Amino acid sequence: MGPLGRGSVLIGLAVTAIAMVLIPVAVRRGRKDWLAIGYAAVHTNLLLMTLAMVAMVIALVSHDFSVGYVAQVGSRATPLLYTVISLWGALEGSILLWGWVLAMYASAVIVINREREGNLVPYAAAVMMGVMLFFAILLAGPANPFHPVFPVPPDGPGPNPLLQNHWLMAVHPPLLYMGYVGMTVPFAFALGAMLAGEVAQDSWMLLVRRWMLVAWAFLGAAIIAGMWWSYEVLGWGGYWAWDPVENASLMPWLTATAYLHSAMVQERRGMLRLWNVNLVVGTFVLTILGTFLTRSGIISSVHAFTTGTIGYFFLTFIALVLVGTLMMVAGNSEQLRTTGRFDSPASRETVFLLNNLLLSAFTLIVLIGTLYPLIAEAVRGVKVSVGEPYFDRMSLPVLTLLLFLMGVGPALPWRRTPEGTLRSRLLVPAAGALAALLFALALGSRQPWALTAFACVGYALTATLREFAIGSAARRRAHGESWPVALGRLVGANPRRHGGYVSHIGVLLVATAIGASGGGRIERETTLQRGDTLRVGSHLVRLKGVFGRQEPQRYVIGATLEVLSRDGATIDTLAPRMNFYPSSDQPVPTPDVRSTLAGDLYANLQTFREDGTSATVKVISEPLVAWIWLGGGVVILGAMIGLFAPRKRAAEEAA
Amino acid sequence: MTPVKSRRTWGIAGVVVIAAAFGWLLFGGLNENVVYFLTPAELLAKGTEGVDVPVRLGGQVKPGSVQWDERTLDLRFTVTDGSGDVAVHSTGAPPQMFRDGMGVVVEGRYGADGLFRSSALMVKHSNEYRAPQAGERPQDMYKTLFKETPK
Repeated sequence: MGPLGRGSVLIGLAVTAIAMVLIPVAVRRGRKDWLAIGYAAVHTNLLLMTLAMVAMVIALVSHDFSVGYVAQVGSRATPLLYTVISLWGALEGSILLWGWVLAMYASAVIVINREREGNLVPYAAAVMMGVMLFFAILLAGPANPFHPVFPVPPDGPGPNPLLQNHWLMAVHPPLLYMGYVGMTVPFAFALGAMLAGEVAQDSWMLLVRRWMLVAWAFLGAAIIAGMWWSYEVLGWGGYWAWDPVENASLMPWLTATAYLHSAMVQERRGMLRLWNVNLVVGTFVLTILGTFLTRSGIISSVHAFTTGTIGYFFLTFIALVLVGTLMMVAGNSEQLRTTGRFDSPASRETVFLLNNLLLSAFTLIVLIGTLYPLIAEAVRGVKVSVGEPYFDRMSLPVLTLLLFLMGVGPALPWRRTPEGTLRSRLLVPAAGALAALLFALALGSRQPWALTAFACVGYALTATLREFAIGSAARRRAHGESWPVALGRLVGANPRRHGGYVSHIGVLLVATAIGASGGGRIERETTLQRGDTLRVGSHLVRLKGVFGRQEPQRYVIGATLEVLSRDGATIDTLAPRMNFYPSSDQPVPTPDVRSTLAGDLYANLQTFREDGTSATVKVISEPLVAWIWLGGGVVILGAMIGLFAPRKRAAEEAA
Repeated sequence: MTPVKSRRTWGIAGVVVIAAAFGWLLFGGLNENVVYFLTPAELLAKGTEGVDVPVRLGGQVKPGSVQWDERTLDLRFTVTDGSGDVAVHSTGAPPQMFRDGMGVVVEGRYGADGLFRSSALMVKHSNEYRAPQAGERPQDMYKTLFKETPK
């Protein structure tokens, strides 16, 4: 399989280079036939990358240790699922996945946008091939997954233990790559619009918005899945630690969120053109920066699996992209002039502007906190890390304001607000704010910022639900529809707006769940003898015993904890474990969680006595955690509603 | 000045003020929360400057220094880098494979009494995972547990 994969990668490199050069030349010369060849090259590249992927999967599954990557991450004892997903368990495989996803996006752009007239799509395709070329070079040289190994080893070490311990590892990385790589498409359209001289028209932004929404939804799902993985595997009962690599995935999501809002201002009011182009470019650069941080291991992180010279390639690429694009944007700044103007501060565009300022500030907070250790080491020669309190304290006010604006934005019309309507629209949700405040006080929260955040969530949630209620009620009166039909048609009549509101509800659920699970968290750590009980909040658990088990790829030691009801009956059993993999001298913690909509009971085995008579366990009661994952699903649902908007309607709306 | 010009001047002034305030907050927040990564010798060399500031202390567990009370979860050990020793106190269970000589990072604050109070204890993984050697493998260390349970 090695030669097949290697051959596909190398021919793919050549085909990519051809497409990248041929497409712009064809456009300049007006040669339709050459353009067709260029597009064929784009599709051929997808075919070749698919072949390389298939070759790698076959090599992994058949334990072909003559392939370098398989010798690095494979093992005969690893179960099939984890063997397949070890494809993205290390550097070379994940670059291969990146290349394949990028090839898919490039082909999809050509096929889906084939009816778009003008030179926008060809130039965008050429830009995507330019990015593809970078990854093809990585695959050919510094990140070659197919380098031959001789003599062929009989077996390998298996994937990194952390990556073969939970099924979410099959979900989180592919979603992340779909999101990261998807941000290349808006970037390619932005550059393409400038190259094609179409940047002064706003129509290219409509294409960009759809693609941005796709990538944004994947990236959002990936972030939530990553939080869930961290919660289920790392054994500390948390889901977010401001780890550099978590931050790296959050930043492009924040700038993409800013774009999804500010693009509406450009569409409706002809403002923020230059800003939007910069957001698109910035988002792309942040995805590359994120990959650089993940893959170079330059900042110490739980994700720092690999080190090597590949960092220099990424830095060079980032520098090239930044310099090249900024020069292009500067050259086009005349065409990116604002044509509209603000009529009144009490308008929806003001809220969008504030939303963008806050999201940018949030991104800057995270960016500086993430890169500060690098700067400090380079400038002052000291090794430092930035503590979590920095991120928490700095971001909480920004987040709170954003949540509040979520309640204000939908209430305000474009341009200016007529007298009188403002008061009722802004005052009614205040009742929701009060209810949320009381809920937070009942939970035991006393911190001023946390209480403010809860009130803002209540405010925004009421305001958003009110939009749905008022709209449905109006339809009911006008058309005599039943409630469900009225709601469905309301959403269908403007799927983009109501999809957005659904996503808002998702974000508000996530915010509530994060606030409640952090504020209402009760944690106990203690050593239990067999038969001892431990009370955690309203829960009671009893240690039944410690067990050992041999599995094909690992040894497992676990504690059996019985969850007791008030009258002492066993209602559930938790079995937190430690998994010992032969490749590592440290066991992988494997907590066990009893999850309900009201809250989770989380148990982790900290240590145990060798004879099995006692175990030290950490048991955590966390309210509402499951709503983080559910709320994430609602955010994605909103994006899907927005994406499946009928094309015709989307065009009318823009006009 | 025309009204448009004066509005623009005010606008620019406003942006500058907001940006400056934000930058001031940002770097204030950073300075308060920077955690220094130090070895025991570096921490001791700082003298009083190293007292009561957040530090990540990295080194090895000094052989024979680990004391753990499984009832109170009181954990004491010494972190060494060969040229300096720092006594560490924390509450909680040590990692299962906590061994003499292993690399650790403890986060916390160094007290004026010479005791480092740790709030988090991490086992330091080198970049590549290290395979356990004979005698360190779970099947050798926890024989009774594996024998007790029928396969």
